Amino acid sequence: MASSPQRQLLEVKGLHASYGPTRVLHGMDFAMAPGSITTLLGANGAGKTTTLRALCGMVKTEGEVRFDGRRIDGAATEDIVRLGVAHVPDGRGTFAGLSTEENLRLGAYVRRDKGAVHEDLERMYGYFPRLRERRRQQAGTLSGGEQQMLAVSRALMLRPKLLLLDEPSFGLAPLVVQELFGILRGINEAERVSMLVVEQNASLALAVADHAYVIETGRVVLSGSAEEIRNDDAVRRSYLGY
Amino acid sequence: MTQAILHQVFAGLATGGIYASLALALVMIYQATHLVNFAQGEMAMFCTYIAWSLLQTGMGYWPAFVLTVGFGFVLGVLIERLVIRPVERGGSVLAVVVVFIGLLVILNSVAGWIFSYIIKPFPSPFPEWLANPLMSPHEFGSILVTLIVLALLYGFFRFTPLGLALRATAQNPESSRLVGIRVGWMLALGWGLASAIGAVAGMMIAPVVYLDPNMMGGILLYAFAGALLGGIDKPGGAVLGGFLVGVLENLLGAFVIGNELKLAVALVLIVGVLVVRPSGLFGSVQVTRV
Amino acid sequence: MKKILIAWAVAAIAACALPFVLSNYHVFQFTLVLVYAIALLGLNMLTGYNGQISLGHGAFYAIGAYCAAILMDKWGVPYWATLPVAAAVCLVAGFLFGLPALRLEGLYLALATFALGVSLPQLLKYHHIEQWTGGVQGITIIKPDAPFGLPLNADQWLYFFTLAVAIVMFVLGRNLLRGRVGRAMLAIRDNPVAAQAMGVNNALYKSLTFGVSAMYMGVAGALGAIAVQFVAPDSFGFFLSLAFLIGIVVGGLASISGALYGALFIQFVPNIADAVSKAAPWAIFGVFLIAFVYLMPGGIAGAVQIARARFLHQRR
Repeated sequence: MASSPQRQLLEVKGLHASYGPTRVLHGMDFAMAPGSITTLLGANGAGKTTTLRALCGMVKTEGEVRFDGRRIDGAATEDIVRLGVAHVPDGRGTFAGLSTEENLRLGAYVRRDKGAVHEDLERMYGYFPRLRERRRQQAGTLSGGEQQMLAVSRALMLRPKLLLLDEPSFGLAPLVVQELFGILRGINEAERVSMLVVEQNASLALAVADHAYVIETGRVVLSGSAEEIRNDDAVRRSYLGY
Repeated sequence: MTQAILHQVFAGLATGGIYASLALALVMIYQATHLVNFAQGEMAMFCTYIAWSLLQTGMGYWPAFVLTVGFGFVLGVLIERLVIRPVERGGSVLAVVVVFIGLLVILNSVAGWIFSYIIKPFPSPFPEWLANPLMSPHEFGSILVTLIVLALLYGFFRFTPLGLALRATAQNPESSRLVGIRVGWMLALGWGLASAIGAVAGMMIAPVVYLDPNMMGGILLYAFAGALLGGIDKPGGAVLGGFLVGVLENLLGAFVIGNELKLAVALVLIVGVLVVRPSGLFGSVQVTRV
Repeated sequence: MKKILIAWAVAAIAACALPFVLSNYHVFQFTLVLVYAIALLGLNMLTGYNGQISLGHGAFYAIGAYCAAILMDKWGVPYWATLPVAAAVCLVAGFLFGLPALRLEGLYLALATFALGVSLPQLLKYHHIEQWTGGVQGITIIKPDAPFGLPLNADQWLYFFTLAVAIVMFVLGRNLLRGRVGRAMLAIRDNPVAAQAMGVNNALYKSLTFGVSAMYMGVAGALGAIAVQFVAPDSFGFFLSLAFLIGIVVGGLASISGALYGALFIQFVPNIADAVSKAAPWAIFGVFLIAFVYLMPGGIAGAVQIARARFLHQRR
């Protein structure tokens, strides 16, 4: 990683997390530079989803998490959101009983600049025209791919500094996934939205990301630029299965 | 004969409106917390006594009405924060039920303590000129007030950001946190609204059944019947169910079984719906994964 | 072991000496304590051990009471013969009610029984059955005299009779709950799916539990009617079912001795609190309900067990 005097957007030191008595994360250490796309890779059950949930204050944690220089470990989810962290959870977390547009509006719930919210709504419809067609439809009736787009758009309505994505490719057709990741890359470049992507589909994630961390049983076992990891056969075979 | 039937139907709509309001309050709390508020009736009764006290001081009806609704709101918020909060997170079903019953009992006895068990009359604010061949002034006014309350609520939920946030919280608390909604406050708000609705319902029914600490028992039962009939997680269904139960109660009471067994109608409806079709007429069937 | 036997012996002597040292009115009160203890054991079986919440169990108490009253008043049946009838009627009624209740879980069952409890007085006042129930005025019956010319007054005799019935019911209950049946009931309460997977016939056990608990209520109701000498619809309102609920929560859920503690609580607290105001007993009940849920979920019985364990532990 290039050393820069610029402050890291996200710094995680010694993060432990538990579900009740079961400890899942055993001292995670990693960081993200602002404007980067970083991916967390690893097998099922390695603790990737838990890491994202821990960052949002949704599980019990020990250790230090700094966002934009400020400690957020132990903070409530609602407060972390207000700092500019948007989480697209696995399973998408759509409000199934509300309309597409209502889902999007909720994404901007904490924002004060109501006028700009309307602009952003239009922008989301621009990225994902299908959502505009279905704006009044109940979100639960959307297809898997559409719900994923909705989930991502909802998160973007926050105008977040950091976007957390949990398995965005899950259950989507390959073409849809390409489209989605293309749009994400575009947004990252145009608006400097940093992204932390958890993915099981390693090749996909490594194609988009700048940096990668590989996680195994709740610990970071490998880190490097996406290119390094992509080109390292041994790593790919042992940790990423291809 | 048709005149008699029509009169019963409209009288049924009037009381049905009250059941509908209470049913809506019950569903609001159920949707958000999956808890059945057994104390809803007593909360409404207590607020009605507050209204009565305000009226005793010589205050005009409508100012007292507004203040009471405000009191109801605050009461609901306080109860949620102080009494219900610990069991909301999870406690056994029995613990939850016991807490609600405890609340019911406390409200009932405190009302009896402060205001005595002597039955008191409660005024109706609706002037005589509202009378018409089909309904008494109070029946007409009741239906009007109920419709206004329902309309205001509908507008609140559908068109305001706070209403949207409340609906989101009821459906999916975890996702609501992820967009920054303060779920705890939303629950308190929901309870406040439900309690305020109850206060209105209490003030509308008191002139008919007279004010006494035990006045809401039977009414709550009808509200439950209406909520279950319409689907305990569907606000629109609950409202419809409430009106239906009101009309049914009146028609059956006047022409079929006599006034004596009217509560039995509620009992049969409740047990019947629960056993035959627990999701009600409009609700969604819950599938429990084993 | 010896300590326990001594404790029981002392309790037995105290129980038998009671009617001779207290006034008739106090004897009557203790008779009611025994009646409530039987009722609470019944409700505890259903709710504490088996996890089925009933807010309307007073209905079965009422059925038992009316059985006794109607049999004694209309057909001159001797008081002791009304008990088996009340028991049988309530066993069947409870089992029958338990069948549709099988489909109702937790909150929904609470709701259905809530409806039963609230509508009960109105059902009892129905004029088509007035010729049996005596309508709003109810039925008055006469307390039986001691048999065989024993030198006891009616109150004392009734106390001993109730004590004997209570002992029988408690022993029966204890055997039931401490054995395989009790374990099955607890398994159903804690994890119905697992219980079923292990071969427990959930439906049968749940309905039977309903039946048996209703039977206990019925016997208690019959005894209660004889003691009070009067049955009327308004004595069996919703608050009666609530009093029983309070009794088992305060006394201790899933505990046999809890039934006795609870009975003492619901009989004597109103007496003391009544002095303050008519509403005070219930306000206290309500506060205790919530307080016990949050602070003392094991009830008095639970606290006694903890205290005893601590005491024994310290002795070592």
